[in-house]
Amino acid sequence: MNKIGLIIKREYLRRVSKKSFLLLTFLTPFLFATLVFVPLWLSTIKGDEAKQVAIIDATGKYAPLFKNTEEYTFITEKGSSLEEYRKNPDKEIFAFLNITDDLLQNPAAATLYSKKQIPMGLKNTIDKTLSEYLKDEKLASYNIDNLKQIIEDSKINFNIKTIKWDEDGGEKSTSAEVASILGMILTFIIYMFIIMYGSMVMQGVMEEKTNRIIEVMISSVKPYDLMMGKIIGIGFVGLTQVFLWGILTSVLISGSLFFFGGSASPEDVMTAQMAAQGVGDMAAGSSDISIQIQEIINSINFGMIGICFVLYFIGGYLLYAALFAAIGSALEQQEDTQQFMTPIMLLMAFSLYAGIYSMNNPDGPLAFWCSMIPFTSPIVMMVRLPFDIPVWELVVSFALLFATAIFIVWFSAKIYRVGILMYGKKPSIKEMIKWVRYK
Amino acid sequence: MNFLETEDVVKQYANHLALNKVSIQVPEGKVFGLLGPNGAGKTTLIRIINRITAPDSGLVRFNGRESQPEDIYQIGYLPEERGLYKKMKVGEQAIYLAQLKGLSYQEARTRLTHWFEKFDIMPWWNKKLEELSKGMQQKVQFIITIIHEPKLLIFDEPFSGFDPVNAELLKKEILELKDAGHTIIFSTHNMSSVEEICDNIALINRSQVVLSGNVTEVKSRFRTNNFTVRFHTESGRLQEIPEMFSLLTEKDLAGTSEVRIHKEPEISNSALLSALAGQTEIISFTEEIPSMNDIFINTVSGTNTTQA
Repeated sequence: MNKIGLIIKREYLRRVSKKSFLLLTFLTPFLFATLVFVPLWLSTIKGDEAKQVAIIDATGKYAPLFKNTEEYTFITEKGSSLEEYRKNPDKEIFAFLNITDDLLQNPAAATLYSKKQIPMGLKNTIDKTLSEYLKDEKLASYNIDNLKQIIEDSKINFNIKTIKWDEDGGEKSTSAEVASILGMILTFIIYMFIIMYGSMVMQGVMEEKTNRIIEVMISSVKPYDLMMGKIIGIGFVGLTQVFLWGILTSVLISGSLFFFGGSASPEDVMTAQMAAQGVGDMAAGSSDISIQIQEIINSINFGMIGICFVLYFIGGYLLYAALFAAIGSALEQQEDTQQFMTPIMLLMAFSLYAGIYSMNNPDGPLAFWCSMIPFTSPIVMMVRLPFDIPVWELVVSFALLFATAIFIVWFSAKIYRVGILMYGKKPSIKEMIKWVRYK
Repeated sequence: MNFLETEDVVKQYANHLALNKVSIQVPEGKVFGLLGPNGAGKTTLIRIINRITAPDSGLVRFNGRESQPEDIYQIGYLPEERGLYKKMKVGEQAIYLAQLKGLSYQEARTRLTHWFEKFDIMPWWNKKLEELSKGMQQKVQFIITIIHEPKLLIFDEPFSGFDPVNAELLKKEILELKDAGHTIIFSTHNMSSVEEICDNIALINRSQVVLSGNVTEVKSRFRTNNFTVRFHTESGRLQEIPEMFSLLTEKDLAGTSEVRIHKEPEISNSALLSALAGQTEIISFTEEIPSMNDIFINTVSGTNTTQA
């Protein structure tokens, strides 16, 4: 096995077999799924049996309006029992709705009594039932024909349908929301992983330097091999984690959906995700909407996005990890890293914000230029990817990214080679650049 | 035959010349002492031999031809600043480093087992390095240095951090390695160990080789021609013979006298001895040979003052 292979293997296996990696990798999707599904699940838990709500209706008009729900049973009582209950509580009855007068004339005439705090659900049910009835009654009191119909017609809830023409002029429904959210998720993943795994490379380099093993190592392998072995090994750890998270998250979501009784097709998983994230007004329900979502999902080219994601991940990671490696090689003290890390972190933060602002206008100048500049493109391009950007832009962006990454790797290797053997004084950036010219 | 040679090696760092036309010759199968004060350029030279850094000009010859990248497999290097992966298990770590030196996994494992048994440290195999004491870590690092049985071994201050018992053990190992035909470069400030194990030396000071050669030959170059003679006082006092020797100091001690004399360079030791024996009853006759320590100090401070 060649040297760089051995180094990659060691870096990879050592990190992948760490308890912290296993915990983070396997627990995070559970945590994520838990955050999404536990509230959903809890909300579906029904009380043991329906609670009784007694209605004491002096007018007699309102009591028949109340329909029993799964949680509450409405019963009609005579007026005397309210006072009786107050003094001598009857455990069977949870609450009393006391209506003393015509509510249209006297809105304060209805009161809900209970020994316990009244749940929002019950209050909402009663409010809704009474409001609807009272609204109809009020409308009727105007004596205008078809008034109810007119008002219904005038309620307009506008949600423009977006259609994308494909090459042959065929139509596809698209959803800006779905595309944006997908883009945002990818952006955050890349941002997070570059920072996480980039700093891991830096830590690893510093560890070798401060442990003084570096001299033994580079009497066996070329510094370039050592640096690249570390960067590639850690990069594989990152890809493994993304891959495992992807699989685990889908399995968990499908599993949970199955648990909730739904069929677990991938489209449903997506639907559930959209619903969970409150996308548009696509609340589950009519088959019409679910077909529409399916169409939208089909309009997104997942294969293409997947490939681009991996390529940008690799390019962006290489570029930043090499910079991190160069910084790590020059320093001995953890405290000294801050000064060198800050410009990189600012660049990363700028990329993230550029990505977020590009969401509103994924073809605008900010989005365009930031997805071309190699230092920001891996992050910003993620926002644009679901919006089907022109192939030439992708090609140019990739070419720039990889050319720069290769240059940065070369440049960092030059600094690394000298830096790892320098102990003592913390070097300035000027000195580090001087190292590049050393033979 | 010289196993390793450097020829006019020059290395310039930003504001300082680390090596100025350094040429050394390391004969095969011998122990070569690379001496010099701190900051003289020893480590830079070792790094150049190890191909860690490249010289600005000059040549390193390995086994008679110009040094190649593959030659590093034939070198075992124990740096002055010891260090291994703290969190890695000892056995796993040693095998990994041996693999990087070109051994197969199986081969590395077999050899490591042999050495661990020899040093009686098998129980350490599955311990993390940080669980071992400093001295134990040194032993592990020594094994890692020699496990791939390199033709050339470079030890930079090998005895630092060892207690006297283990230092003795290490010295024995180094001499065994020499007997097995390995060429050894030994860099140190500890001059007594140089006299015990080095065959040849080169002394580097201020980036230049200021003294080199066979240890006995170097020492004879530094002879002072001073002798200490002890004799029975009543058997007669020593009289100066100007063309042979002069008296330096005289000391009487309970019936015996101790006299330091300076011999004229062209007179042989035997001639001197017979001249002395004719004058008095000699108890002992010792040439004051300078120790490597004296030579080191004299040479280094001498070159420093001439340059200053």
